[in-house]
Amino acid sequence: MHFWFTEEHEMLRQTVREFAEREIRPRIRSLDAEERFDRDLLGRMGEMGFLGVCLPVRYGGAGMDYISLGIVSEMLEWGDTAFRETISVHVALNSLAIFQWGTEEQKRRWLVPQARGEKIAAFALTEPNAGSDVAAMRTRAVRQGDVYILNGEKMWITLADVADHFLIFAKTDPNAGHRGITAFIVERGMPGVKTGTIHGKMGARASNTGWIVLEDTPVPLEHRLGEEGEGFKIAMSALDNGRYTVAAGACGVIRACLEESITYAKQRVAFGRPIAEFQLVQQMIAHMQQRLEIATLLTYRVGWMKNQGMRNTRETSLAKWYATEAALASANDAIQIHGAYGYVNEYNVERYLRNAKGAVIYEGTSQIHTLLQAQYALGYRQDKPLRCELPPYDPEEWAREA
Amino acid sequence: MKYVVCLKQTPDTTELPKITPEQALAGNEGATLVLNPWDEYAVEEGIRLKERFGGETVALSMGPESVDQALRSALAMGCDRAVRLWDPSFADSDYWSTALILARGIEKDGGADIIVTGKMSVDGNAAAVAHGIACKLGIPLLTQVARVVDVSDGRITVERLLDEGRETVTAPLPVVISVVKEINEPRYPTFIRIRKASRTPIPVLSAADLNIAPEEVGQAAARVRWTHLVKPEPKKRQVTIIEGDTPEEKARKLLDYLMDVEKVL
Repeated sequence: MHFWFTEEHEMLRQTVREFAEREIRPRIRSLDAEERFDRDLLGRMGEMGFLGVCLPVRYGGAGMDYISLGIVSEMLEWGDTAFRETISVHVALNSLAIFQWGTEEQKRRWLVPQARGEKIAAFALTEPNAGSDVAAMRTRAVRQGDVYILNGEKMWITLADVADHFLIFAKTDPNAGHRGITAFIVERGMPGVKTGTIHGKMGARASNTGWIVLEDTPVPLEHRLGEEGEGFKIAMSALDNGRYTVAAGACGVIRACLEESITYAKQRVAFGRPIAEFQLVQQMIAHMQQRLEIATLLTYRVGWMKNQGMRNTRETSLAKWYATEAALASANDAIQIHGAYGYVNEYNVERYLRNAKGAVIYEGTSQIHTLLQAQYALGYRQDKPLRCELPPYDPEEWAREA
Repeated sequence: MKYVVCLKQTPDTTELPKITPEQALAGNEGATLVLNPWDEYAVEEGIRLKERFGGETVALSMGPESVDQALRSALAMGCDRAVRLWDPSFADSDYWSTALILARGIEKDGGADIIVTGKMSVDGNAAAVAHGIACKLGIPLLTQVARVVDVSDGRITVERLLDEGRETVTAPLPVVISVVKEINEPRYPTFIRIRKASRTPIPVLSAADLNIAPEEVGQAAARVRWTHLVKPEPKKRQVTIIEGDTPEEKARKLLDYLMDVEKVL
């Protein structure tokens, strides 16, 4: 057992931190205020390799491991949640699902341009009336020969107005509950595909969140990911990857809260002393440090398990649940330490609180994860092997050019 | 064409205020070490020279194993190779000895057409090593380089940034150029390059490899010694918010202030 990052991981962390420091932090206040998604930065992220970080070189990726995906998520969210959300959706929820479940032809066609950042990808599971209750979805896919006709509406979809490719989940058998769900790769520009942006979010305002409407959209058979009725399993396995990036991002929020609280507490003087010398302030700092360590250990254990090819649904759920709640509590404490200054957007910490609130809702609410953990502990839930597992990381295989 | 970029590992500038004079004198800053920010421009220019005029770019540094990190940063940005020069006798070398070691390293590696350095280091701030290298190698030095105009027919033409403007000068190759930050915008390393750079072994040349005797380097040979180091008082800044209904009105008030009160215009 060992707990250190490799030199490659450290170089990656340093690079992403510099990127966040120089490119995200100087402009985030205005992007957040104006609810503006920065496409230029997305382009630069694509050129650097963010959008295919943990995918093999032969599929257009950078050939790094799953721990690197966590590092990228953590340090991007240290900059701002919006940029981590792009990674969660484009890489973890969509691209890794195609990598895990797609045919070789599908990987060549959709995964390669996504990993290179030439095409942007989104993940569309949630509907206006179906969030945690996935099986309640109403989007329908009816097969007519070699084509499925899709109708329905997806909501709260990150990158809805930005993405070129959408992983859409629809009912092929409305009477079969979650066993009647099938996954499809839908492209922008297909007939009947419309998207829009939702405004007025509390946090992650520099991220694009929106809706997708499908009206009699013909989706050819070769766009179906996995088998008919396999959609629920694909969605849940994708969430094992998405939730990992959310957990890692939450570590970035805690890190940012801790760093900025330490700086402020040493500078701010009250009653003739820096407030860092007061024990009740120290208590909040200590709690942040404690949360950061726990969240980091839980999160990167999941990255390590993915590298080994071990099933990690239980551990990912625990990491996501703990880390996002810890980020929310840390942001709250960070504002308290900053006092009135923390309550206005002159400092970052109020943004951290607004951003952190979203992450205890999406990708499984804290309540869902609480129940999952209880079920695992009580022995009511066990994970069965999947037809297609996420491939374990193999440095040589990942680096192979063709 | 062969380009050699000489670089240094320095404390992260965001951590410089935390370093005490005692730590700096002891050579144990206890800070995160990164590629010297000024040298990032040198690395970028070394890579751009290769991209414009063809050839190979080599990153070179003197220091212990921890310096590999800075060399790997240069590899990740796009340098083809990296070489580290180290021997226990090199410790505590001054600018002049460092220049000797780097010059010998360049010679041992087969020489170079253009040697690129940053303007200075953010810790020593001497801006003397480039001069020393040129002197040791007996070749021209062009400082304050803000643009490489051309490299052809065995000559380099550059623009130098002066207080009064820019001047264009040419020099025969081989040459040492030290560059200023106006010359380029350093690129971020790509993830693929980070992965490859992190796995690249970096060869080390010792004092014996470079034919350097112990008395030529290190503290024994130092002509410059830091005897006393004082930290400047933090600058106290006064902020005045200019009030006004329109940007034009605010700009007018600022202009009046700069001309009438500060008299800088």
